[in-house]
Amino acid sequence: MTAKPKFAMYWAASCGGCEIAVLNTHEKILDVDANFEVVFWPVAMDAKYKDVEAMEDGSILLTLFNGGIRNDENEHIARLLRRKSKILVAFGSCACEGCIPGLANLSPVGEIVHTAFNTITTDNPHQIYPRTSFDVPEGELHIPKLLPILRPLDQVVDVDYYMPGCPPESHQIWAVVDLVIKVIRGEAELPPKGAVIGAGNSTVCDECPRARNVKAIKEFKRIQDIAPVDPTLCILEQGVPCNGPATRSGCDARCPQAGAQCIGCYGPAEGVMDYGARLMTAFASVIDATTPEEIDRILDGIPDPVGQVYRFNLAGSLLKAAKSAWIKEKV
Amino acid sequence: MTEQFEPTIIGFTCNWCSYRAADLAGTARMKYAPNVRLIRLMCSGRLDPTFVLRALSSGADGVMITGCHPGECHYIEQNYKALRRYLLLQRVLKGLGIEPERVKLVWASAAEGARFASETTAFVEEIRKLGPLNWGKPVAELENLQEGISKLEEVPA
Repeated sequence: MTAKPKFAMYWAASCGGCEIAVLNTHEKILDVDANFEVVFWPVAMDAKYKDVEAMEDGSILLTLFNGGIRNDENEHIARLLRRKSKILVAFGSCACEGCIPGLANLSPVGEIVHTAFNTITTDNPHQIYPRTSFDVPEGELHIPKLLPILRPLDQVVDVDYYMPGCPPESHQIWAVVDLVIKVIRGEAELPPKGAVIGAGNSTVCDECPRARNVKAIKEFKRIQDIAPVDPTLCILEQGVPCNGPATRSGCDARCPQAGAQCIGCYGPAEGVMDYGARLMTAFASVIDATTPEEIDRILDGIPDPVGQVYRFNLAGSLLKAAKSAWIKEKV
Repeated sequence: MTEQFEPTIIGFTCNWCSYRAADLAGTARMKYAPNVRLIRLMCSGRLDPTFVLRALSSGADGVMITGCHPGECHYIEQNYKALRRYLLLQRVLKGLGIEPERVKLVWASAAEGARFASETTAFVEEIRKLGPLNWGKPVAELENLQEGISKLEEVPA
């Protein structure tokens, strides 16, 4: 029996949606099993870290790594899987650019813990906070230590390919798995290292079927505040900040097609170094005003500028985190 | 003797007005603070906010954007675009905890060498007061940020 190539999938700081997206490939998931030996996939099978540690370096052919690096356990497994894998894919927005968990980079880590354990929505009368180590009669227990900021995978280890999306669309996942199977059979070549796979090279606007004209925005609005939303006209043109102009294509413009603005989960379009900067450029270009006062009034329609332009990309942006998350905290 | 903090400032000038203003300041032997490293663009409308973020994340303490006065753009209205980007960028920087004053927009015509010089000097002094930005530098020291948490843990149960 010839051994099948090995496959692994791991989740670090993520929500689990990437795993669901993989399962959403339906019966095609069986092809993964037919062509690969799944050696490590915590959400789907029982495996221990020590089993992975015992594997030979480079013995896993394909590892899909989803989630950002939030704690030292994430970092340890990222380094471990890098060593053991031939092809390491940053899978999904979190691993590529931080995604929603990356927005925690706006706050110092102590504040995050405080919010989680001691706000009005948390019933914590005894002020119990997690500790990274705790003595019990059986010995010392450890839980992972939070790192100061969340980092995308490529800020920690070398990444071969990027697969964006929150989560990546199932048909795109399938296309990538299919490609790897073809490569194994010698029927296709791998793309150059560092390539973005399972996505387009253009912008969401390029895939969006809505009609576009010259945009002259006098007021930014939330989509729920316009009634009715024109189903055929560009959403940005209707005054709703739509992230399509900066966002990579690959999702078939799902949100705009469903009547909602693009929120940017497919990350920066080809050639964009900083997603937020590109979006700022796009929004600034469509504002129809020339005096600072009028421009400011229109910009007031974007109440959370950082959240708007960096919703999925803060950790992977040029600045990576807010100043308060960088500097040492004084409690 | 303590050394005075010398800010590193990146300045973007447009080819038609503010670069000429800087040139005029130079040929007229006007004195102004030497902290600004000028980069000439064809127009302030070419200024992608990426340039500013790149400068700040790579060690600049401030960024000066200069262009033609409103209504005098060589490309008709691109300096208005620069103005709108600048105002939005300032809001984003504020959200990230960076003093918006670290990025300044100055209009200077080709004849305003003196204005260019005095605005530059004023900006350098302002940044000197704000102190170094040191963006991202402390991250190596942050390995023990757990400190913040352990402090919270000490709250009696």
